[in-house]
Amino acid sequence: MSETKRYALQFLFGPGLPEMVGHVPHAHHLGIRVVETGPGFAVCVLPYRDELIGDPQRRVVFGGAITTLIDHASGLAVACALEELTSIATIDLRVDYLRAAAPGKDLYTRSECYRATRNVAFVRAVAYEETPDDSFASCLGTFMLGANRSDNPFERMVPGGTTGRGT
Amino acid sequence: MSRILAAIPYARFLGVGVERGVDGLLECVLPFRDEIIGNARLPAVHGGVLGAFLELTALLRLIDESGTDRVPKPITFSVDYLRSAGPATTRARAEIFKLGRRIANVHVVAWQDDRSRPVVSGIGKFLL
Repeated sequence: MSETKRYALQFLFGPGLPEMVGHVPHAHHLGIRVVETGPGFAVCVLPYRDELIGDPQRRVVFGGAITTLIDHASGLAVACALEELTSIATIDLRVDYLRAAAPGKDLYTRSECYRATRNVAFVRAVAYEETPDDSFASCLGTFMLGANRSDNPFERMVPGGTTGRGT
Repeated sequence: MSRILAAIPYARFLGVGVERGVDGLLECVLPFRDEIIGNARLPAVHGGVLGAFLELTALLRLIDESGTDRVPKPITFSVDYLRSAGPATTRARAEIFKLGRRIANVHVVAWQDDRSRPVVSGIGKFLL
């Protein structure tokens, strides 16, 4: 990303704001919080809860809950890569489970939108407990831009913007 | 199957149920609730929930097929989002493409009102 590039959400970059989750009922229900945003990236956290366990014997959080965390952080990373806001919808996500997530730990995801074309945005993400260098899952995703007419919640946070966050 | 489902806290969290189709095959059911909404304006079910639902369906089919109580470990799971899923019940079925000695390859499809119009599809590889 060139340093002269301007981003629609750049005045929001920095520590995450509660409004960046509040508009997505399920993310709110899971307790996902935005830790940080910046040019083309977002870091989110899913606080540990026993309800999220997928394997009772190993007490490991269900992979699908991590999918939700990654989807949220990745959609946000795409929004943070755009010069002009538009609607964003997930086309596909592929998650590789490198190892089991540590039981009882809060789970983090850092998503980076490394390329955004007129119609499609490309994202890579890692999920980890302590540091991105020691990740338990990695992900590749693609997102459709301008996919639907629903207006994006970020619109309310950006004067004069028009956006949407699909699926 | 319901016993295994009840033992998975995350399945209860999403409110997933299991049924048998007329052909005897396992079908997972995700009732619509406000808590699973991703986009409140459309409204649409959260993409992450749909991905998790597919993964759960694949997992339950594998447990059903292999008769094991041990939960298979996901290696990789890939989800294609085909349509936005509206405020309705979502159903899913998994097909085991290959059940190897160590790895299983599972395809999953989910739909709402019309089975010929899938909302999401996925492919997962699991370590048995």
